[in-house]
Amino acid sequence: MNLTQVTRRRWRVALLLSSVVIVVYFSFILFIAFDPATIGRHVAPGLSLGILLGALVILVAWLTTWVYVRWANRHFDRHVQRLRAGGSRP
Amino acid sequence: MSGATAIGQPNATAIVFFLLFVALTLVITWWAARHTHTTEDFFAAGRRISGRQNGFALAGDYMSAASFLGIAGLVASSGFDGLIYSTGWLVGWPVLLFLIAEPLRNLGRFTATDVVSFRLRQRPVRIAAAFGSLAVIALYLIAQMVGAGNLIRLMFGVSYETAVLIVGAVMLAYVLFGGMIATTWVQIVKAALLLGGAALLALLVLLKFGLNPLRLFAAAAAQYGDGVLAPGRLISNPWDAFSLGVALMFGTAGLPHILMRFYTVPDARAARESVFWATGLIGFFYLLTFVLGFGAMVLVGRDAILAVDRGGNMAAPLLAEVLGGTGLLGLIAAVAFATILAVVAGLTLSGAAALSHDLWVHVVRRGDASRSEQLLVARAATVLLGAVAITLGLIFKGQNVAFMVGLAFALAASGMFPALVLAIFWRGLTTAGAVAAIVCGTAAAGILIWGSPTIQIDVLGAPGAWFPLRNPALLSMPLAFAVAIVVSLLRPEPAARAGFEAKLRRMILGSD
Repeated sequence: MNLTQVTRRRWRVALLLSSVVIVVYFSFILFIAFDPATIGRHVAPGLSLGILLGALVILVAWLTTWVYVRWANRHFDRHVQRLRAGGSRP
Repeated sequence: MSGATAIGQPNATAIVFFLLFVALTLVITWWAARHTHTTEDFFAAGRRISGRQNGFALAGDYMSAASFLGIAGLVASSGFDGLIYSTGWLVGWPVLLFLIAEPLRNLGRFTATDVVSFRLRQRPVRIAAAFGSLAVIALYLIAQMVGAGNLIRLMFGVSYETAVLIVGAVMLAYVLFGGMIATTWVQIVKAALLLGGAALLALLVLLKFGLNPLRLFAAAAAQYGDGVLAPGRLISNPWDAFSLGVALMFGTAGLPHILMRFYTVPDARAARESVFWATGLIGFFYLLTFVLGFGAMVLVGRDAILAVDRGGNMAAPLLAEVLGGTGLLGLIAAVAFATILAVVAGLTLSGAAALSHDLWVHVVRRGDASRSEQLLVARAATVLLGAVAITLGLIFKGQNVAFMVGLAFALAASGMFPALVLAIFWRGLTTAGAVAAIVCGTAAAGILIWGSPTIQIDVLGAPGAWFPLRNPALLSMPLAFAVAIVVSLLRPEPAARAGFEAKLRRMILGSD
């Protein structure tokens, strides 16, 4: 892969993961804003739907960061190193 | 319970713990001062901080007293609502990682302004971005200094002015002599103390509920009604919630003191790993504060918390006192003090970088200043900012400044964030476009918050407000993007466009 392809791949991964976080978080916020009654419903004793979803948002933030770092350390860095070494050969 | 609290009286444990912290951090500063010879050391810790260390330091910079005492207090008084802030403050980190952290590290030297002004005409962009950053820093500083004065008066019984002066003087010692090396290690020590203290408190709370947080929440609901597990007063207007979310999510990626930390690591890979650590630590911390808030609600009682401080900020210290007596109260009070000190140090250093690196070296000296002059100006700027911080703290005594952190996030999301994103991703951005984004975004956020219920009704006591949203980011951030794009398209800048290939190369590969 040459520099343009590596760059394009990197931004695609970045935008995909960013949209996951953005969509998940704003769905949570809009759900709270427009349907607070459902958010307050209890799914278990002591656990409302809102608390459950809030914890899931935190989990998604952790997971997406982990996925990105793993991808970048394993794949992206290898291409970058090859390109820095001088070759943009396929 | 409110009559029995030792809060507000000088507490021997608190003073001993606090003096130990100050002694330890001053030893660190002395050691750091011996390793600070260049601006590279002063602003970027010689770029020798590891990814994990920087992750702790980022968490230290980010977990302010507002998030420790404020969120625990918000949860203790209104339950679920605190989670809206916690999640918003966390989700900015993944976005910062995916879009900003690595390009920032590869393209800049000391400030985010380096990245915005890359391939553009230096002086206009530097001036706009430096003033945009300084506005964010000033608001954040006011909130921290006033918070420091109030909290320390409440917890240690010293006067407001003394508290502000102590924070200003100790912070100045860190930054002036030890620069970024000292500031980084103070942040790391503080992050470890804060996480350790919060984890200990949360564990003590959960031990009373069979280590099951759901039993804690159920106890809160049994005592105060199911409403504490559902959205409450914070969300009065759905669009307000959305707008606040926008500011919290994108503001993180525009905060000067956070962005500056990415220059302390050797390369992009370490920058990436530092966000991974920071996200983990900060998320864990917010889960802890949620438990602490509910713990305080059940074990201390809402009325007792609000009797000590109407803002609820004393929930965590009161909880510590109930669980472990004045000893634990002292420890938590000292940790809160250390937290404020460290955040103020980080803010001051980033302000000094804007003043000396962006404005003096690149605007006044047009990039041509000797190394010794740069270091001298950096230190002079630090002293100036320290004086400004103390003055702001004294001027805003007794003012309601709770909205200022939210406003700082709105300014960051509307000024620096759009400029940074466009500078990194868009070939067509011009000098005029970048300046327009920062100026319009910052001005719009400032004007709209002036017209919002937060200022008009809560601060000025007017009967109504002409702008309905408490947080302006929903409007001001898209406006900044739109203005930048329109201005750039109307008058293209061929030199800037031509520089994009070289920029891309350096952004991906590191050094040219």
